[in-house]
Amino acid sequence: MYIIVGGGGDVGYYLTKNLLRQGHEVLLLEKDTSRYNTLSEELGQAIYNGDACEARTMEEVGARRADVVIAVTGHDEDNLVICQMAKRYFKVGRTIARLNNPKHELLFQKLGIDVTVSPTKAILSLIESELPGPHFVLLMTLKRAGLEIVEMSIPPTSPVVGKQLSQINLPRRCHLSLILRGDEPIFPERDTRLLANDDVYALVTKEGEEELRNTFGTS
Amino acid sequence: MKIIILGCGRVGATLAMKMEEVGHSVTIIDNSNDSFRRLDPKFRGVKILGNGVDEETLRRAGIETADAFAAVTNGDNRNIMASQIAKEIFHVRKVVCRIYDPIRQSTYNLLGLEAISPTIIGANMLFDAIIGIQRSS
Repeated sequence: MYIIVGGGGDVGYYLTKNLLRQGHEVLLLEKDTSRYNTLSEELGQAIYNGDACEARTMEEVGARRADVVIAVTGHDEDNLVICQMAKRYFKVGRTIARLNNPKHELLFQKLGIDVTVSPTKAILSLIESELPGPHFVLLMTLKRAGLEIVEMSIPPTSPVVGKQLSQINLPRRCHLSLILRGDEPIFPERDTRLLANDDVYALVTKEGEEELRNTFGTS
Repeated sequence: MKIIILGCGRVGATLAMKMEEVGHSVTIIDNSNDSFRRLDPKFRGVKILGNGVDEETLRRAGIETADAFAAVTNGDNRNIMASQIAKEIFHVRKVVCRIYDPIRQSTYNLLGLEAISPTIIGANMLFDAIIGIQRSS
């Protein structure tokens, strides 16, 4: 696959290295000349000194034959324009944008960006899930499946403590995938009993999330 | 009409005064307080300090009841993003956007954004001026 990456910050740099290792044809675009000089020592032919927002630059690097364009600059307006120009002007099949401000997610989806990745949101979720005490954290969204992967710890006061899974009414289209008791992973069966402070990993639809929280008494 | 102008540069400040002179109510947004000094002391409209691609800032500027929105910051991409927020999220009836880069301007025109490129307009005027001189000499 030919992949163009816009923005040679930390994210763009490591992403390019990873994609190269996987055997893809990758070109990283960096507009700042001194940053370009630093990175080109290592990346050689896989980096180009130019602005991914500029249609002329994108034309030069062959955007028309790119399979994927990924925009990972630190500015959402630049990432938006890189992806929109790729999609509408160069007819690139798949565009992926980094979101610096999680609030822009809906707008980007509305404007036709195929995939958005929000590091800020991901970092918040990961930190929340590491905090001790009861929690309900959205770990990941599986957009095409319309499902979320959530992690919840069961508070001692929860109505499900001591119950077998077969006794619990789960929302429709919800699956408990794993229970973590201390350091022991348990693959849930019908007769598995839930205990206080278990960490439960579940797949659930966005609509079922609220019901799941209520069932397990997590906030 | 109630008009929101994003970017208080030379163009934004001039546009604001012109609109006010013919009786429209103007709100102007910029991310630097210093920029507001470009406005004529007679300006009676509202000045909002903030980031124009932030929905909260736009709400503070009253975008929900605005009739028109003009994006004239010095960043093409910021203008493009702010205009699309005004159009797609807040459904402002008239949205105009300045884009210096002619290629980006024509692409976004095709996408339904009313975009104006001063680069092309300026170059054409200079061209005509020079050709005009040649003809008369």
